[in-house]
Amino acid sequence: MNDPAGPGPEDSRGYYRRMQAAVEELLILKGVVTAADVDGEVEAMASRSPARGARMVAHAWVDPDYKARALADASAAAEAIGLEVGPLRLIVVENTPDVHNVIVCTLCSCYPRMLLGIPPEWYKSRAYRSRVVRDPRTVLAEFGTQIPDGVRIRVHDSTADMRYIVLPMRPAGTEGWSEERLAGLVTRDSLIGVERLPDTV
Amino acid sequence: MAMGADAARARFRPGDRVRVRAAYPPGHLRTPYYCRGHVGVIERFCGAFANPEELAYNRPGLPAQPLYRVRFKSTELWTDYREDPQDVVEIELYQHWLEDAS
Amino acid sequence: MGGLPAGPVERDEHAYDEWERRVDALMMLLSDKERRLLRVDELRRNIESLGAEAYDRMGYYERWMHAIAQTLIERGVISIDELGRTMAGGGEGGGDGDGR
Repeated sequence: MNDPAGPGPEDSRGYYRRMQAAVEELLILKGVVTAADVDGEVEAMASRSPARGARMVAHAWVDPDYKARALADASAAAEAIGLEVGPLRLIVVENTPDVHNVIVCTLCSCYPRMLLGIPPEWYKSRAYRSRVVRDPRTVLAEFGTQIPDGVRIRVHDSTADMRYIVLPMRPAGTEGWSEERLAGLVTRDSLIGVERLPDTV
Repeated sequence: MAMGADAARARFRPGDRVRVRAAYPPGHLRTPYYCRGHVGVIERFCGAFANPEELAYNRPGLPAQPLYRVRFKSTELWTDYREDPQDVVEIELYQHWLEDAS
Repeated sequence: MGGLPAGPVERDEHAYDEWERRVDALMMLLSDKERRLLRVDELRRNIESLGAEAYDRMGYYERWMHAIAQTLIERGVISIDELGRTMAGGGEGGGDGDGR
């Protein structure tokens, strides 16, 4: 079998870059895609970011009915506030005083990209994917996150068609804050569950 | 998501105890090694989806398989689990990998 | 690989190169409802087939680009010959294969 790393290790990075350009060129020649299609898709993905998940969280914090809807059918709840998620089957899992949630895809790197954009490098790493199911608190400590005693952990392994975000607990001291200000508290890492938002701001 | 005639009947309901078959076929699988042979509880039914083992070879993967979220105690998955004994791991599993363990 | 031993999680992040973002974009477009030229399941199978050594040696987008090309070849969308020629800059497409 042809060595998939190409002509030599020092050139392997260039090899796949050339392959991407060549495949794109062939697909354009065959009328499968246009360069504008690819540009457009790059731009669309760049426009997706954790801020979209933060908006859902902030809205759920201020509106208990919305929170219930998000827990029941998160894709519909996202669409209901103008967040297009396409075919994404989203599940929202809620942090409580007794439960902390953390998301992983041990088999590859499944992530709610249509909502949050591209996942962080570490999420795709062998280290995270192997260890967070088995030693969640140890891994979370590497992110500087301590799980209090008495709080149990639910690790969600997205092995199939569903994708997940964590609904963190709303920090105290935020009474009367606007949704925009609340959304500003919600980080990407708290949506994945490797970070806990402060108890109080 | 396929429904009706092209979907296998959903056998399990939330709360049912199920065991993951300890089978090790080659090919593309979405059942992690660490849960095979272990017992968990159905957390929810997610709908029926074409079988990814077949989709991986550009075959239709029908009838669609019911997909469930199954909750496992971490102490069940690893006998030397070091953290809180109440911790759980929840995994999406296709029905054809699950057996009744009630 | 869940539950297997591994080292500490490295948290540094970097911006992706243009070609990597275009790999991502091709994956989205080729699997969309309009084209259906590949399934993410075929891509995953092709990545899993790399074997552990190549998997660990290759970067994330290198693996996905390998899988996209393999799947398109399997599906008959592109041929190995035309891909090789285009990569070398001698095919129908011409050019040096880098950029546009």
